[in-house]
Amino acid sequence: MSSFLQFLFSGVTIGATYALAALGFSIIYNASGVINFAQGEFIMLGGMAAVVLVGLGLPLPVAVALAVLAVALVGLLVEKFAIEPAKNAEVVTLIIITIGSSLFIRGLVQVVLGKGSHALPAFSSDRPIEVGGATLLPQSLWALGVTLVIVVALAWFFTRTLQGKAMLATSHNKLAAQLMGINTKTILLASFGLSAALGALGGILVAPITGASYDVGIMLGLKGFVAATLGGLGSGAGAIVGGLLLGIFEAMTAGYISSAYKDAAPFVLILLVLFFMPRGLFGAKVTERV
Amino acid sequence: MKRRNILQWAAAAVVTMSTGAMAQANDIKIGAVLSVTGPAAFLGEPELKTLQLYVERINAAGGVLGRKLALVHYDDGSEASKANSFAKRLLESDKVDIVIGGTTTGATMAMAPLVEKAQVPFISLAGGVVIVDPVKKWVFKTPHTDRMAAEKVFADMKKNGITKVGLLSETSGFGQSGRKETLAVAPKYGIEIVADETYGPKDSDVTAQLTKIKGVPGVQALFVFGLGQGPAVVTKNVAQLGIKLPHYQSHGVASDEYLKLAGAAADGVRLPSPALLIADALPASDAQKAVVTGYFKAYKERFKEDPSTFGGYAQDALALAVDAIKRAGSTDGEKVRAALEQTKGFVGVTGVFSLSAADHMGLDLSAFRLLEVKKGDWVLVP
Repeated sequence: MSSFLQFLFSGVTIGATYALAALGFSIIYNASGVINFAQGEFIMLGGMAAVVLVGLGLPLPVAVALAVLAVALVGLLVEKFAIEPAKNAEVVTLIIITIGSSLFIRGLVQVVLGKGSHALPAFSSDRPIEVGGATLLPQSLWALGVTLVIVVALAWFFTRTLQGKAMLATSHNKLAAQLMGINTKTILLASFGLSAALGALGGILVAPITGASYDVGIMLGLKGFVAATLGGLGSGAGAIVGGLLLGIFEAMTAGYISSAYKDAAPFVLILLVLFFMPRGLFGAKVTERV
Repeated sequence: MKRRNILQWAAAAVVTMSTGAMAQANDIKIGAVLSVTGPAAFLGEPELKTLQLYVERINAAGGVLGRKLALVHYDDGSEASKANSFAKRLLESDKVDIVIGGTTTGATMAMAPLVEKAQVPFISLAGGVVIVDPVKKWVFKTPHTDRMAAEKVFADMKKNGITKVGLLSETSGFGQSGRKETLAVAPKYGIEIVADETYGPKDSDVTAQLTKIKGVPGVQALFVFGLGQGPAVVTKNVAQLGIKLPHYQSHGVASDEYLKLAGAAADGVRLPSPALLIADALPASDAQKAVVTGYFKAYKERFKEDPSTFGGYAQDALALAVDAIKRAGSTDGEKVRAALEQTKGFVGVTGVFSLSAADHMGLDLSAFRLLEVKKGDWVLVP
């Protein structure tokens, strides 16, 4: 029983990081239909920026706030200088542009901040919490808790505020949204800023667990995308459930079958889910007009 | 007007080219193919810097046999196929006297058939056992192997009466090569691998694997084979789960970065490490002390960064080559090759080299030091 609990905690810890990454994908997808492959780099930038700022002697809360702002600014710059000039291009072209941006950001960080790994102190204590013979790090609870808060805040934003509704409207039909007086240009810009800020927050939350280095974004971005697809692209709840499910499934596979299959098992799960529910677990039922 | 310009340029070009050729005619040509860019750049870059630094230093001190050294180097971009064509160029058009390089095992194996055919001594900087096992007449190497790291760990386990070991290896190339060598060499030390688990290099949690290893009946120690931040996550998880088993890591974490990432959780961890990482902590009586601190200082002064073990491989390759050329009294391929093979007790950065016709690496387990982490610092285990 205690080992089952430990596998579960392990899965939740991993899953929380996937969920945070998945959320960022959902926001930009909601606003533009674009899958932003630079999302992983926003996560990496958050962790690295926080490490640098803490290294400069700033207190942790200040460093976290500044890092999130800085990365949000990077998100805005990416939209302004990479996405916007190609605004009338196909979605596929925009996706390829985000891949280019991610390579650029990763390369820049590699040159400026080096290839090493860095540690960030935990938010609260380092002492593991014991529950029923299994242990969990407080930092995992931080990651999970903040993720939940963000989801609630986002749900409120998208359904209760004018800006959020405008974002959703833009994604459903850009032309119609424009005719209704929505400034779709600003919406797209804001979505990049928002998801960059969220990604940065995610990166900062997991940095005390995994450490930060220039190349953490690749894996987190990929798994986050998988989690988002699993949960249903564009759905906040889907991102969380998809991320946690992925993490727990990985941990259970490692614990009960063999860690050699750990990375393969989630993909089997995804194939199954997508086969029976092509839009993911929480995906909107959309019919495309041909 | 225009025409005269071109003629002048041509004349100038001819003059510089011929003086260049004249200056080089009597030089000892060291050819190198390194992975200075691409995925293996973190290995190849310090290797090239080291070669350039030491060629300069040797030339400033009067060269070898009264002749200057000339370094001809190519960057294979971490692609083995390019290493092959650059090796061809070194041998056929540059006509080098000795070849250093092959940053990776793949590149080395791609170059080996060419140097064998051309009969030019070749010193590789890659770790794979296949390079010198079976022995190829013209191929040598300086780095220690993953197998030796595993052996060093097993030797210490044996001393402490440990026979049942849980292995946790990374799914990276380094981790998987380590896993293979560990499994191959374990029976030699009477050690049984009772658990064989893996983790991904960027995993944020491995408590599932550790819980499983902990639950295996009779397991006496944990051996982790990985590189970079993964082993630090493992170390923190071991502390989190309160696992009290003796905890061994590989030489992949032998860097101060690991201490920083794992923090207090790393206390009590044992690992094999090359001498370079603990240059200052080596006792004055240590045979390698002078060479290792000398290299450390020279590299740091010139490049303003700490040298890595990989640069050390290059320094050893060049030093072995120079030593062999001196003893051979010429750059004749066969004479240099024979001299290399007769190298005995040569103190390098990586270890003390004693080569023979049957051993083209010449290092033994003493090239690795067993370290233990105590209060956030490395301590030599006697």
